[in-house]
Amino acid sequence: MNSSRKAVALAAVVAALSLTATACGGGGSDNKTSTKGAGYDAATTGKVLNASTKKGGTLKLMSPQDVDFLDPARSYYGFVWNIQRLYVRQLLTYDSKPGEAGTKLVPDLAETLPVLSNGGKTYTFKIKKGVKFEDGTAITSKDIKYGIERVFAQDVLSGGPTYLINVLDQGQKYPGPYKDKDPNKLGLKSVLTPDDQTIVFNLKQPNSDFSYLMAISDSSPVPMAKDDGAKYTNHPVATGPYKVASFKPGKETVFERNPNWDPKTDKVHTGLPDKVTFTVTSNPDDMDQRLLSGDVDYAVDGTGVQQAAKIKILQDPKYKANADDPFTGYIRYFAFPQTVAPFDNIECRKAVIYAADPKSLQTARGGPSSGDLGANMLPPGVPGSDKSYDPWGLTAGKPQLDKARAALKACGKPNGFKTTIAVRSNKKPEVATAESLQASLKAINVDVQIAQYDGKNSSSEIGSPTNVKKKGYGIIVMGWGADYNSGAGFLQPLVDGSFILPNGNNNYTMLNDKTVNGLFAQAAAAKTPEEAAPIYGQVNKAIMEKALYLPINFDKALVYRNPRLTNVFYNESMGRLDLAVLGVAK
Amino acid sequence: MLVYILRRLLNVVIMLVVVSMVTFGIFFMVPKITGSDPALLYAGRTTDKVAIEGIRKKMGLDKPITTQYGLFLKGVVAGRDYDAGPDTTHCPAPCFGYSFKNEQPVWQDLKDKVPVTLSLASGASILWLLGGVATGVISALRRRTLLDRATMITALAGVSLPIYFTGLVSSAIFVYSLGWLDTINYPDGGLASDPGGWLNAMILPWITLAFLFAATYARLTRATMLEILGEDYIRTARAKGLTESVVIRKHALRSTLTPIITVFGLDLGALLGGAVLTETTFSLPGLGKAAVDAISTGDLPVIMGVTMIAAFFVVMANLVVDLLYAVVDPRVRLT
Amino acid sequence: MTDNSTPQEATSASLQKKPSVPVQSTGPVGVPEQERDRPEAFLAVRDLKVHFPTDDGIVKSVDGLSFNLERGKTLGIVGESGSGKSVTSLAVMGLHRTGQARSRPDISGEIWLDGEELLGSSADHVRKLRGRKMSMIFQDPLSAMHPYYSVGAQIVEAYRQHHDVDKKTARKRAIDMLDRVGIPEPGKRVDAYPHEFSGGMRQRAMIAMSLVNNPELLIADEPTTALDVTVQAQILDLIRDLQKEFGSAVIMITHDLGVVAEMADDLLVMYGGRCVERGTAEEVFYEPRHPYTWGLLTSMPRIDKEETERLVPVKGSPPSLINIPSGCAFNPRCPYADIPKGGITRTTRPELQQVSGNHFSACHMSQEERTRIWTEEIAPKL
Repeated sequence: MNSSRKAVALAAVVAALSLTATACGGGGSDNKTSTKGAGYDAATTGKVLNASTKKGGTLKLMSPQDVDFLDPARSYYGFVWNIQRLYVRQLLTYDSKPGEAGTKLVPDLAETLPVLSNGGKTYTFKIKKGVKFEDGTAITSKDIKYGIERVFAQDVLSGGPTYLINVLDQGQKYPGPYKDKDPNKLGLKSVLTPDDQTIVFNLKQPNSDFSYLMAISDSSPVPMAKDDGAKYTNHPVATGPYKVASFKPGKETVFERNPNWDPKTDKVHTGLPDKVTFTVTSNPDDMDQRLLSGDVDYAVDGTGVQQAAKIKILQDPKYKANADDPFTGYIRYFAFPQTVAPFDNIECRKAVIYAADPKSLQTARGGPSSGDLGANMLPPGVPGSDKSYDPWGLTAGKPQLDKARAALKACGKPNGFKTTIAVRSNKKPEVATAESLQASLKAINVDVQIAQYDGKNSSSEIGSPTNVKKKGYGIIVMGWGADYNSGAGFLQPLVDGSFILPNGNNNYTMLNDKTVNGLFAQAAAAKTPEEAAPIYGQVNKAIMEKALYLPINFDKALVYRNPRLTNVFYNESMGRLDLAVLGVAK
Repeated sequence: MLVYILRRLLNVVIMLVVVSMVTFGIFFMVPKITGSDPALLYAGRTTDKVAIEGIRKKMGLDKPITTQYGLFLKGVVAGRDYDAGPDTTHCPAPCFGYSFKNEQPVWQDLKDKVPVTLSLASGASILWLLGGVATGVISALRRRTLLDRATMITALAGVSLPIYFTGLVSSAIFVYSLGWLDTINYPDGGLASDPGGWLNAMILPWITLAFLFAATYARLTRATMLEILGEDYIRTARAKGLTESVVIRKHALRSTLTPIITVFGLDLGALLGGAVLTETTFSLPGLGKAAVDAISTGDLPVIMGVTMIAAFFVVMANLVVDLLYAVVDPRVRLT
Repeated sequence: MTDNSTPQEATSASLQKKPSVPVQSTGPVGVPEQERDRPEAFLAVRDLKVHFPTDDGIVKSVDGLSFNLERGKTLGIVGESGSGKSVTSLAVMGLHRTGQARSRPDISGEIWLDGEELLGSSADHVRKLRGRKMSMIFQDPLSAMHPYYSVGAQIVEAYRQHHDVDKKTARKRAIDMLDRVGIPEPGKRVDAYPHEFSGGMRQRAMIAMSLVNNPELLIADEPTTALDVTVQAQILDLIRDLQKEFGSAVIMITHDLGVVAEMADDLLVMYGGRCVERGTAEEVFYEPRHPYTWGLLTSMPRIDKEETERLVPVKGSPPSLINIPSGCAFNPRCPYADIPKGGITRTTRPELQQVSGNHFSACHMSQEERTRIWTEEIAPKL
């Protein structure tokens, strides 16, 4: 029919024939012939597109993947946390603002940011008056405590993050409210509720990241009377602008206005649409098709369009003007376990970093639209990050063979060496990057074997230091995204020596460095996240100088937005359009 | 006959019990041997030891395997109660447990997927049966003609071409290039809610799947038909002065159908358990896709559920084939 | 190779008024115009040739066969398997013209049935005659009846194909027929399936099916081969009785002279697709003039001889029907091949020569020689 349809058809045939998902690159050059849309990548520039306060309409969200859980204590998908901005509120939350402001925490159910005392070990929150559950009962400090206690009942309510347990259990082995002997089921001793408006958290050590934990969905209040444990996920009680009107697993969730949400108590959520639908499709290509036709507003999963639509969007200025290439919060990298020779020697690590071809690695991941060339290990959006910090000259995009050979000589291996790259077999781009590195390293006589393993087993394959050593995995390909937006949330599992685990380890380089560990302690002791931010910058520098990592890219995804959307911008705390304020025109 | 059917139904039950024992054993024992743990799969990203212990206890994984199996069987037959935290939740029969991934009852989930697979399998099977048998008969009657050879080469192509190829190429042509069809998207309520959308979603999968199978059936029909046409009773039928079309339709075709019924029954049974490749290629939310998704996420109860449903269809298909056999061939005695 | 003086027509008591017609036995296509004369015999086969083209060459299953048959009479066609007797019967029935075009043989000659030439008629016309005017009993009733249909249904089908009657009438007719062929409780057995019958009962049912339309010509192809001896006799009696009742002409095809000994009026001995001897049953039995017939007679089981003596089979195997030797087809197996033939070369094919009246045989040996061998060497042994 029309040419764009043909392009899709062609893409489908190409996909059928090659059955690989390597990107064809497509339009690398920015076509400025914008017709109607706000412009390519306009929603990532720190401005609000189509700012509006107009209410009404139905916001239509779609995803090829269903929510994991609607129960805030159990959800762990990033896009579900975004959806939860529709119906649950926490003491604190990320501000619904574009640019860096979006990475900042602001009070939501709390009246103000927490008051710290006891040397940063006690956090006291005052709860706003007039905040209510969807049934009209007021939200009290006990509801928040109960919601947090539920996280401890991992045997019943598994799935969600467990940072709260690590911080608040403090050795008491609290079993969660269902096995709580306290008659009010409020037996978690580290959390106190002196009155209905006050909640006090007593930490063991200062932790500047604690505020971030209070902004994760699993810190949402839950009314004990309405909690039916494992079944709660089918009908969570709303505190935000919307409530769950219907939930059909695997199919659709509909959100309608919560009559007991008072906008006067809320500076973050605006609740513009009358209704929000979330539809699960089994066919991502069909979803893309509907996005482009305007049938659907936003692919809320945020992983970007499929190959066919990608080509279509990049080639057609009309579509391209409504597309963005936001940073997803993920970083892709190679890690060098120091337990595997010769990577115990920094010079050999440097040799590999210099010999790598950053441009080729980027191409292997799918070209420029799949991410910016990596330079360091702290991605943009995390406080303390500095995208321009590039100690190894990776953003120049070329292999630096002279430096590589020199490093090799300094390492005592002028004739090269042999090593193995461990890569998840089910992640095609990772396999491609491993192959790219393998090819680049031939130039300096480093002979690389590629060992593929099932990604499901990563916690026992690369997450087991003994296994890594036994199999001689000198290089490991991985991706990493933070659960919460702080330097600790991002970097600590990767490089803090105390985070080394016998299984499910993420500190692949086996770094246990006093300076680095000390910096994390120092950052935790900071009073505010802002104060901690520069310390994380130092951690980043320290680990980069040790040449432990070869960053590949800061991940991006090509996302299409319906031009009828209002208040469009990517919230940098999550790399997604902010559902707290998103509205629809017409 | 009735006694036979009753006895066979008992066999079906026994077969299903055996299948359930074997799959249960594989899914819940092998992880024990290899060191991984269903509780870990359930827990998702949590690796907290206390939590894992709690999950193990809640799921009954701390009990002996026989007790666990007994509970599973009881769940399937009579339903089962699960600890839901503040109280228990009743999972009505047939209960295959709750999905590890979203805590939804497996049977509720799979029940919705059965019609999708049923639509796919029934439509495709009608197409391939009619198409395959018709081309097979024509090919047999026009043996060694150009038509015969062309048909058989097409059939060979049908057997050889993988479904993800034919599937993607056909949607590229009919959906994107020619625009004869809308993008394939199985409507929520299936045929009842949106007949047009249902047909739009099913037509290409039917044809591609039927193409694959029709080829086999055409070849089988042709070979059998040629053999039957050489039978004495065909000569007798002709000697009676019957017209050739009666000879073919009434005498030759009926005999030809016998082996086809066998193969057809088994194929259909297996397909009803999930047409994995077709459903994945066309993104149809059927049992096959559910199985693939469940396997990729390690969702054991769903895998168990799909396995049991698939086993049920296969065993039932066997029974139906045997009954049909007796209807077609009076020499077959059901004892 | 043509011997125009040789009469080619089979004998039949009633045929004697018609003088022998000269026959061109080797004309592959064109049959002389005078051959188109309408014969008076009920069934007249003239110079029938059935040739199967195969990848290895042409198989001449029947290669120039002629005979006549009158109503109410029985012709026995005797020969080993592969001699062409079954092919002949299928040719008469027109069954070589059904099925796939590619496997059909080339047929030439003439087949006259009740004054109608069949080979020149349309296939559909012949089909309409099949089962009504002429019908056939096959060798193995188990494989010749459809296993999936009841015996009654198969008889009903045969009847309704040629009679416009309702199912009820046809069923009554089927029961009558089963009764007539001696099947007990026909009203019950009519719904039974072939596999539920004993061998003899099955053949009776087959006969009932063949006779359901009162055919004027009945061809029985080895009707008793698959049956045990006691049942054989019953079946033969049945066919004979029914023939009397219906007045049909019968062709009895067999490899066993014993079967036709009592039934046949005339006999035709076939070898290698051709007739080697024919005459009345008495002539062929008591005054045979062909070494092959002698062989058949000596190998025939007889009640009054010891088992060890009586079975003297014809040595050797039937000739390949591809590239039949141009001389006497029986020559390689003939015990008298070495006897001088008075200047006749081995490549000359023996034509049928009159022995007496309607008794003909095709042998290069002189009449005297053969008479001598028969009376002195063969007859005493029988």
